[in-house]
Amino acid sequence: MNIPVSITVNGVQHRQDVEPRLLLVHFLRDVLGLTGTNIGCDTSQCGACTVHLDGMSVKSCTVLAVQADESNVTTIEGLAQDGKLHPMQQAFWDHHGLQCGYCTPGMIMAAVKLVESNPNPSEAEIRHGLEGNYCRCTGYENIVKSVRAAAGAGD
Amino acid sequence: MGYVGESVRRVEDPRFIQGQGKYVANLQLPGMVYAAIKRSPYAHAKIKGIDVEAARNMEGVVAVFTGEDLIKGTKFSSPCGAIPCGYVPSDTKVPTHHPLAIDKVNHVGDGVAVVVAESAYTAHDALDLIEVDYEPLPAVVDAKAAAQAGAPLIHEEIADNTSYHWVLGNKEQTEKAFAEADQVVELDLINQRLIPNAMEPRAVTAQWNKFDEHMTVWTSSQNPHIIRLLLSGFTLGIPENKLRVISPDVGGGFGSKIFHYPEEVIVPWVARAVNRPVKWVARRSESFMTDAHGRDHVTNCKMALKDDGAITGLQVYTYANMGAYLSTFAPLIPTALYITLFSGLYKIPAIWGETWGIITNTVPVDAYRGAGRPEAAYLLERLVDLAARELGMDVVEFRRKNLIPADEFPYQTPVAMVYDSGNYKGLLDKAEEMAGYQDMRKDQAEARKEGRLVGIGVSGCIEASAPGPSPIVTTLGSAIGLYETGSVRVHPTGNVSVFTGSHSHGQGHETTFAQVVADELGLPMEAVQIVHGDTDRIPFGTGTYGSRSAAIGASALVKSAEKIREKVTRIAAHQLEAAVEDMVYDRENGTIHVKGSPDKAKTFAEVAFATYYAADLPEGMEPGLESTTFYDPSNFTFPNSAHIAQVEIDRDTGEVTIERYIAVDDVGKVINPMIVNGQIVGGVVQGVGQALWEHGKYDEYGQLLSGTMMDYALPRADQFPNLETGRIETPSPHNPLGVKGAGEMGTIAATVTIANAIMDALAPLGIRHIDMPLSAEKLWQTIQSSDNGGAN
Repeated sequence: MNIPVSITVNGVQHRQDVEPRLLLVHFLRDVLGLTGTNIGCDTSQCGACTVHLDGMSVKSCTVLAVQADESNVTTIEGLAQDGKLHPMQQAFWDHHGLQCGYCTPGMIMAAVKLVESNPNPSEAEIRHGLEGNYCRCTGYENIVKSVRAAAGAGD
Repeated sequence: MGYVGESVRRVEDPRFIQGQGKYVANLQLPGMVYAAIKRSPYAHAKIKGIDVEAARNMEGVVAVFTGEDLIKGTKFSSPCGAIPCGYVPSDTKVPTHHPLAIDKVNHVGDGVAVVVAESAYTAHDALDLIEVDYEPLPAVVDAKAAAQAGAPLIHEEIADNTSYHWVLGNKEQTEKAFAEADQVVELDLINQRLIPNAMEPRAVTAQWNKFDEHMTVWTSSQNPHIIRLLLSGFTLGIPENKLRVISPDVGGGFGSKIFHYPEEVIVPWVARAVNRPVKWVARRSESFMTDAHGRDHVTNCKMALKDDGAITGLQVYTYANMGAYLSTFAPLIPTALYITLFSGLYKIPAIWGETWGIITNTVPVDAYRGAGRPEAAYLLERLVDLAARELGMDVVEFRRKNLIPADEFPYQTPVAMVYDSGNYKGLLDKAEEMAGYQDMRKDQAEARKEGRLVGIGVSGCIEASAPGPSPIVTTLGSAIGLYETGSVRVHPTGNVSVFTGSHSHGQGHETTFAQVVADELGLPMEAVQIVHGDTDRIPFGTGTYGSRSAAIGASALVKSAEKIREKVTRIAAHQLEAAVEDMVYDRENGTIHVKGSPDKAKTFAEVAFATYYAADLPEGMEPGLESTTFYDPSNFTFPNSAHIAQVEIDRDTGEVTIERYIAVDDVGKVINPMIVNGQIVGGVVQGVGQALWEHGKYDEYGQLLSGTMMDYALPRADQFPNLETGRIETPSPHNPLGVKGAGEMGTIAATVTIANAIMDALAPLGIRHIDMPLSAEKLWQTIQSSDNGGAN
């Protein structure tokens, strides 16, 4: 039996009937077509699917769509405002914080919340804060540089 | 315009940082249905029967097919063939590999049936309704054990499970070197199995147009043209001109997306059978049990030495685990990309290597970042460290003594390779200087007095990149030449589309290749756009692996751009009524002028339009401005490195802290230092993963114990310091750009650098060697059981 949900994603309210078992990440990708949020694992390790749920950074493969009922979700597609990149997006571009780009949306979403909760993080704090997001390409170094730069830019 | 050599920001990034990457899983087509694959839970079992009726009757299920259906064909979809191996040295025995197993499964994860349903959830639900009647058989997972008499036979046609035996070097000379040696160091080692784990799981989508009898396949591949060739010629049987393979944005490969996988056959076959677009996306657990794994060697090696520190001989015997089937390039890795690198950076007069390629009940093993070369570097550099220790020499001094001198290039090794160029002493000197090696040793001595386990690891490694030329690689067993194509198409208003057979899956070709072409033609980078990954748009391609894209793919573009410049110059000469040899093509600003008369000039755009206007071209010249090159390199290139690491092991926990990591690399000329540095750093971290954490581990029954990201430990952000990177540049004479390739050097060097550092830290405890991964638990156990236990 499907359950009605109302989820606001990137400022737009969506009312849908969904299977109780539908994961939030599949709701975003398959129901709404917002494919910027990637799926990298099935055990909540990799963080590729990180989005913001009511101001918290969450792995959207670990949240059911029904749990997000009456919630606000921001995905990577909703980060840039008025055609202007978010400082974190800009910093990833400027500091070569990505290679294949697959972990990037989740990494950026996690980094945005990291800097919001700790506006001037040390390198060690950034590395610790991002340990739940895997990147197989960059070796993390330029990701850390990007986050530091974005924090310095006065997020 | 001077882009080459500059750290130009990547042009592909805006789509990735805004969630607009075009990965296969993101593709949605009208009427699409979803495939899921029933996989064997057994490593080795007979299939006595498969009952798919309940699954077929489930609401939302469109169709279910078994391996029998695929090879017999249906009314709508003709039979498909077995998956071939693309690299077959003579006398190699190749097991039959059906896209879905028939009669027998040979590894956990072997596919037995495919469900197509209206949703992905339904397809996976239906898998549970398929009843497979298995008769389990004894399994064997270890390569050496599988080659022994009495081991379970996996494919009846392959006796002793031994697919091939490959040798290289001079046996008599090597035996003589050992007979005359002052000292011999010997090591039995295991280079453990790794699981690549590109962040994007593999995905395949296919769409059949029954009216045109045309198939389009989207697949996350590093070489779409090779996949099309294998689909056409062997597995699917649809001719190339009716088959388009698109490999759009690919989320990392590291070798694992080179190969032709069963799903690339199954999904289009099913799409044709049900006449609807079909999408399959691997779940991560499927990636673990179906993506080709890497490494997995059991090796005995020894080194002959003179008392003065000269290396005089090397002998290596390796059992290489091939897994249950021969993956596309599997036999290449532990043979022609492995034994050929045994000389490393050193003058070693006599070398002998033998490899046995062994079939086991495990996931097939093939190229994984470095592919054969890290395995060679690992055994050589472990032996070098042990040799220095036995001789009482410093590990840097011992290496320096045996390096190939800079004035001996090109250098012929005893194992077939001719090294192109290098300054190995300069490389090691630079690493030593950046590290402050002497001070590092002093600090280590102080730390040891306090009982701390501080270690310094050194390595000097070689890589053979950009394999070629084609007559050589095909002689070695490759089923296709390893040239690359590059087309430059100048449009009427002077902007340029570039079509490359290389494929970018993180390497940044859209930037670096545009830098190269813009410089060659004297255009702003914005005027140059790179197209890759589509067999309908690009003439042909052999793809990206073996650090070959800059050396071969970009060189093809240099050659095509040269032809464009030549035509443009002739037209400008004609229109300015000057002799061709009096013309100057100014690559600073893209103008062509008469020598000594800069005012008598045509711009690139003017000439481009003139070629399409075609009213006033030199006599006999065709209109249009376009050029294609199939570039075949004259030889491999040989990137090289000197890396130094400092680690400390916590006596109480066994945890390793990497205090410093210095990486000095010679990758030849550098097109984009920012991107090259990113490749080196990323490569090092991946190599450290093997040294410390990663292990594709099977139990004796062939169950994969490290089959999820919870069990398989990938490197994380908080485990590394910032690396200290340096470079020297000795251009390769083997390609017009002088590049050597940067994709794999970091990985090749880092594994053994960290292993050497840890063994150095443990040396005071009398520990000589431990096999990787050097996990905290393993180190703690080792420290506890050493002579002086955990005591200071």
